[in-house]
Amino acid sequence: MVDLLLQKFSEVSFLSGMPSALLFVLAATLIALPLFMFVAVNALVAVYAERKISAFMQDRLGPMGQGVGLHAGKWGLLQTVADAIKLLIKEDIIPALADRKLFILAPFILFVGAFIVFVGIPFNQHILVADFNIGVFYIIAMSSIGVIGIIMAGYSSNNKWSLYGAMRSAAQIISYEIPLALSLITVIMLVGSLKMQDIIIAQHGLIWGILPNWFIFNNPFTFIAFFIFFISGVAEVNRTPFDLPEAESELVAGFHTEYSGMRWAFFFLAEYANMFIVAAMTSIIFLGGWQSPIPGFLNGPGWGLFWFFSKAGFLIFVMMWFRWTFPRLRTDQLMQMCWKYFLPFSLINLLGVGLWDLWLN
Amino acid sequence: MGIETLTLDRSAIQGEEMVLNIGPQHPSTHGVLRLQVVTDGEIVTKITPYIGYLHRCFEKHCENVTYEQVIPFVDRCDYIASMNNNFGYAVAMEELMGIEVSEKVHYIRVIVAELNRIASHLLAIGTFGLDVGAFTPFLYCFRDRERILDLFELLCGARLLYNYIWVGGVSHDFPIGFVEKVYEFLDYFEPKIQEYNDLLTFNKIFIERTADVGVLPADVAISYGVSGPNLRGSGVKWDLRKNEPYSIYNKFDFDIPIGTGAMGTVGGCWDRYYVRIRELEESVKITRQALDQIPREGDVHAALPKKIRPPKGHVYSRTETPRGDLGFYIISDGKPKPFRLKLRSPAFTALSCINEIARGWMIADVIAILGSLDIVLGEIDR
Repeated sequence: MVDLLLQKFSEVSFLSGMPSALLFVLAATLIALPLFMFVAVNALVAVYAERKISAFMQDRLGPMGQGVGLHAGKWGLLQTVADAIKLLIKEDIIPALADRKLFILAPFILFVGAFIVFVGIPFNQHILVADFNIGVFYIIAMSSIGVIGIIMAGYSSNNKWSLYGAMRSAAQIISYEIPLALSLITVIMLVGSLKMQDIIIAQHGLIWGILPNWFIFNNPFTFIAFFIFFISGVAEVNRTPFDLPEAESELVAGFHTEYSGMRWAFFFLAEYANMFIVAAMTSIIFLGGWQSPIPGFLNGPGWGLFWFFSKAGFLIFVMMWFRWTFPRLRTDQLMQMCWKYFLPFSLINLLGVGLWDLWLN
Repeated sequence: MGIETLTLDRSAIQGEEMVLNIGPQHPSTHGVLRLQVVTDGEIVTKITPYIGYLHRCFEKHCENVTYEQVIPFVDRCDYIASMNNNFGYAVAMEELMGIEVSEKVHYIRVIVAELNRIASHLLAIGTFGLDVGAFTPFLYCFRDRERILDLFELLCGARLLYNYIWVGGVSHDFPIGFVEKVYEFLDYFEPKIQEYNDLLTFNKIFIERTADVGVLPADVAISYGVSGPNLRGSGVKWDLRKNEPYSIYNKFDFDIPIGTGAMGTVGGCWDRYYVRIRELEESVKITRQALDQIPREGDVHAALPKKIRPPKGHVYSRTETPRGDLGFYIISDGKPKPFRLKLRSPAFTALSCINEIARGWMIADVIAILGSLDIVLGEIDR
């Protein structure tokens, strides 16, 4: 997309005289800005949805307002906006004994780690910033940058709770990356490409005449891989039942105990961005991305956007459902689940998919 | 090279132990409790509870007020189950003074005490769920507890600190329609117990987190003086309502649920939790029987003297509150104020055994164990 913009720039007369480096920065900014807006709006919507969904699950009403004066809009629609404004104008507190540089840097690293992943995510047939030939690898690699931010936050806060949260988080994210990547490989073996669009296009058509040819239905091994991928993804983004790094009842607030105001908001933005990434990745790789459930039916670019967002939205809803239903696992149980169950299963899966592909196709 | 150089130097690989203060301001210490925890990584090697952040000189206060004025203080000890505390004090005073209260008063007391037991257990169950990370059961429990508090509000105007059960009676009779409202509540509430079971009790993660954790063996429990659901969770069938029936508890037909180790070891957190769930059913049973039998006529003040002036002497009387054996030791020197009043707190004994049962578990388990003991700091600190 950057190349496309640069090409467009070269056709405009008053821009052609500018140095190419400047033009590149301009093009990149023009693309990054809508993405940033998307991440911010995603967080606003997701927070509102989370509050309302949790409220309905808990027999409450959630944020409500009558739309007058300082109330938070009809049905509390403006609640998250009010929250965002509150966070913006809050006092910026940095603990006296904190490592200032790292403390300030940590939320940004976490956020950037989440943000640059969006570069590789196809929203529909055309909206995709860059279709790398290593698309899947890029996303896996970039999404683990966030853990550095978490460790920095935990270490620099000079707080025992933060440190515990950071250590738990590091162990958890690194561990769950393995079954996550292994279950991705099962799909990559079938597609033969790491490009995101190729993976989606490979899921076109019907299987057994009724089901869409998504990888979740492709064969029994990818069916299992879907669940391993999604659960590992939930663990990656530290959501309940895997929210040990920020376990409220144990670690107060985990790695972001000492953060407040806008810095804290960046952790929050990153969390919801990560949630969206996991949901988006799952829907792209296993649920056909922007493909319509009925091939050839409502398959335009606009509908592509619709299908993609409804699949991702549903998976985000499932994550929220988890959060408001399940208790939390313990650290050792979490690790046990990863190393004793997920890892062997995904290795068997890998073998199974290989044999399936070899003999049946 | 000698053999010594080949052996692994453990001190080189073993990290330092860290002292961690859980509380006094912490989301899951159930009040202002400070647990000084020595941790080796995530493993807890020693726990020292520090109490007294909520100390309000309850016992000393009582020496300076008249016997009637003690009741509001009693309310504020175990503020989750004030009715039961009132009940305990009234029973002790009546024993000291040798008063016999009317049949109706007995029934009223049993009904409100059992309702408050349900409310208290709901709070215990909900916050225990919160401690292991399940948020939703907490709000479900609060939704139902709210109804009991509404009933109490109708009864005596207060929602938490009732000052309802007085020495020699109760402050006033049931309002019109109260009995029907309680029936209505019981009909509403009974199916809800199944809801908690579906949501939390038999959840796989919840069982994993609690079943074998923090096992309190029966002998340890007895030697620490643990009582109430915590003791029954260890498999000891001990309930003052059955073993030393006070008031009119011997008229009712109910069971004493005990921990059976259905999901793991007897005396684990899950057993303590499940005893409370089953006690909800038993309390509903008792309340129903009491509502069926309560005499319509009768004065609730008849036995109440104008001014309480007990004869010289002393009394130790204990009753079963939702947290266990609540004992009152009262010494009277014949004046209108108690010479000495001592409260034996069941939550205090429950907390005292935490180092014994939570040592060697992880931080997350310490929180779960603390939650399963269901302590109320107001009663511990007094």
